[in-house]
Amino acid sequence: MADRIGITRFGAYIPQLRLRRTAMAAANAWANPGLKGSAKGERSMCGWDEDVVTMAVAAARDALQNYRRDRISACILASTSAPFADRLNAGLVAGALNLPDALQSFDVSGSLRAGTSGLMAALAMAAGQDNPVLFVAGERRSAKPASVAEMQNGDAAAAFLVGYNPAAALVASHTVTRDFVDHFRATGVKYDYGWEERWVRDEGYMKLVPAALDGLFRKTNVSRDKVARFILPTPLGGIAPALARKMGFAENSLAPALIENCGFSGAVHGLLMLVQALETAKPGDMIAVASFANGCDALLFEVTPEIEKVRPRRGVSGWLARGRPTDDYTRFLSFNGELNVDWGMRAEFGNKYALTVEYRTGRDNLAFLGGRDRQTGVVQFPKTPAAVGPGAEGFAHYEDVPLADVPARVVSFTADWLTYYPSPPFYFGLVQFENGARVLMEMVDVREGALSVGSDVEMVFRVKEIDSIRGYRHYFWKATPQDAKAEAAS
Amino acid sequence: MTKGIRDKVAIVGMGCSQFGERWDTGSEELMMEAFQEALSDAGIDRSRIDAAWFGVSCDPINVGNSAVPLAVGLRLPNIPVTHVENMCATGTEALRGAAYAVASGAAEIALALGCEKLKDTGYGGLPVRTKGLFNDMWMPYGSAPGTFAQLAGAYAARHSIKMADLKQAMAHVSWKSHENGARNPKAHLRKPVSMDTILKAPMIAEPLGLFDCCGVSDGAAAAIVTTPEIARDLGKRDPVLIKSLQLSVSNGSEASYRDWDGSYVLNTRIASRRAYEEAGIRNPREEISLIEVHDCFSVTELVTMEDLGISPEGGATRDILDGFFDADGGLPCQIDGGLKCFGHPIGASGLRMAYEMYLQLQGRAGERQRKDVRLGLTHNLGGTPSSNVACVAIFGCGPA
Repeated sequence: MADRIGITRFGAYIPQLRLRRTAMAAANAWANPGLKGSAKGERSMCGWDEDVVTMAVAAARDALQNYRRDRISACILASTSAPFADRLNAGLVAGALNLPDALQSFDVSGSLRAGTSGLMAALAMAAGQDNPVLFVAGERRSAKPASVAEMQNGDAAAAFLVGYNPAAALVASHTVTRDFVDHFRATGVKYDYGWEERWVRDEGYMKLVPAALDGLFRKTNVSRDKVARFILPTPLGGIAPALARKMGFAENSLAPALIENCGFSGAVHGLLMLVQALETAKPGDMIAVASFANGCDALLFEVTPEIEKVRPRRGVSGWLARGRPTDDYTRFLSFNGELNVDWGMRAEFGNKYALTVEYRTGRDNLAFLGGRDRQTGVVQFPKTPAAVGPGAEGFAHYEDVPLADVPARVVSFTADWLTYYPSPPFYFGLVQFENGARVLMEMVDVREGALSVGSDVEMVFRVKEIDSIRGYRHYFWKATPQDAKAEAAS
Repeated sequence: MTKGIRDKVAIVGMGCSQFGERWDTGSEELMMEAFQEALSDAGIDRSRIDAAWFGVSCDPINVGNSAVPLAVGLRLPNIPVTHVENMCATGTEALRGAAYAVASGAAEIALALGCEKLKDTGYGGLPVRTKGLFNDMWMPYGSAPGTFAQLAGAYAARHSIKMADLKQAMAHVSWKSHENGARNPKAHLRKPVSMDTILKAPMIAEPLGLFDCCGVSDGAAAAIVTTPEIARDLGKRDPVLIKSLQLSVSNGSEASYRDWDGSYVLNTRIASRRAYEEAGIRNPREEISLIEVHDCFSVTELVTMEDLGISPEGGATRDILDGFFDADGGLPCQIDGGLKCFGHPIGASGLRMAYEMYLQLQGRAGERQRKDVRLGLTHNLGGTPSSNVACVAIFGCGPA
């Protein structure tokens, strides 16, 4: 067992906002009355300040928790909708997670198989080295307003730490590559272009998925009826059960589709289902994952006794329970650049970021590193040349103190309706960390009445500002209410 | 403590432009309006001015940077002119420069002039500004009302006051200033408003509604200062003297260190204690006749009453609702309408407050003149509750 490679930790993230599909269908009924037929449940929806990078960071934190970051040897990010085409998205994730500089890192993309293919690459990389590989995937895919895809999609992220002594050991993997184009999106184009679903089902899923799974099971002596969970991510209804039957998996092995309560999250979706499966998995469970896109990836995992020690902090079930349903379809459109809302002149404020300053202060800003002054012992953010604590003299010398996971509470706050903000009101206030640091911070994902003086907040990594002229985005940390009620519900 | 400048500097002339939406007037005209009034009030020729301090806070939408705009605007004869900027305390900062020049003997007669042209932004409220390249990387971009609104929740929590009761006291603050502003011909907002209107106004930054926020205006104000001796030579038999002029600036402890609870303005406390010491005041509530405070927001005025040591801790709400700071109360506050109604052209505001004290001390305040005005205090605050500059100045006639 000790020399098996696999998933050692796992986590997920689903944005709090959940757009009710009935609201989407109602808003678009004039153009596409047929949408009403699939207007069930809700889709997850990124806040204006969430993207693949921020969701990946959230998922990684869900997985890693207090795992020592300096042990991680590589960071890989998979997505078809990452914010930067040329700037390492995985590097941003690594920075936010305070991973060491000696780190292998790259982005994986190209198809909705990027999630499973990236995971396979990560597993291969982790084999033969002492330190584990962090693999993250996130999707925030665009779809045309009033399209079926817009309703079916969801935004989400998943993260895995892979290495030895796994909670889910890789038994085998297999890939079939075929240029089967169920949909495509050319470079620089915003939306997918897709072909008829019936053809995609019959010629695509029903032929290429079995080919991959047959190949997978030929590589092992595991019997198909031993599969406790079959994961087939797809936005199309009926395909997964049909394939489960065709493959000879037990009927109750089918993993929840996560379409009605989350939406199809592209390259992440199979991984999201895998995280959910692992949340309740028992040692000995066999989990088969198939991921269809320009061919098909297939992976087989065996759950080990380690599973009992490494549950995610919230996981898919926890994030699902933290949903905040909304009918604000126009808010969704605005967040996705589909609606040109009149924000007034305050929105015209220039926000060009100096890349020199970004780099000079980037490590502390990305990882939210405060400093403990060696002279006074006082923790502060940012690290100023002169320390803030009483009795500090001369130039301060700091020891890094990551603040992202330090308990904190609200000193003061407001809901600001005057300042420009893409999702008013703008909540901000003074946050007091348990270790003494104090920072004026933006506050996000605030339910009505969730903030009060003294209430507990936790930190989330988000987009601070988007420079739409230059296409740049700057990230920083924000505070969010601990939301004990939602936590209890999960 | 240093000896300070108590009674070393006299104000011999002051001017204040009409405040408001001066659509047809540029910055240079506003400066000239205030300057001409100050010059003729002083009874001197501009050639007697040895040095000048020019306060402008939002120079990108005003006249640009440097002191040249004042020198050109008033055609000052190549004297030293300094541009000062210290957020909303800029006006008092300009006065401080001029007063220090006189007190040191570097200048016999000095000019302080503050000017702001805010109604060229195209929208209401203060213009959006950068906090500097590094700070923009991490600091939230809250509005001015957003930063000061936070005093309310923290104050309510500290003193266990219900928000509804606090809102009532805050509304009274604004109601009173509207009553006063209505009697000031130079004020921007001259219409009384009802408590009901104030309480039901649209929300700007919770819990501050529209009427909890001061007006944003165009305007200029100026002071000509000199020594008490020269003042007497100029025929001012009992000149208005600066009793104290103190400034306290945040060193970041409120925003970055755990002590401060967010319910008061630390620098107002420090600056006022220094000012009382410099002026020899032991009991401000009894000894001061009139106050003009930085009422950028109603809640700022409320906590300032405690920060100045006039109301007891947690007692400002009671004093306000008792009418203690009303025009006919024990210690009238914002008798000229304050920032709330006189208006708030940032660079001019500190000097506008001094202007009202100057008039009141000389019995020249017309319809709003108070009886027996002996000592007047101005409080000029710039920044946010957690990071700010606070100026406290005290003015009086004759040596104490």
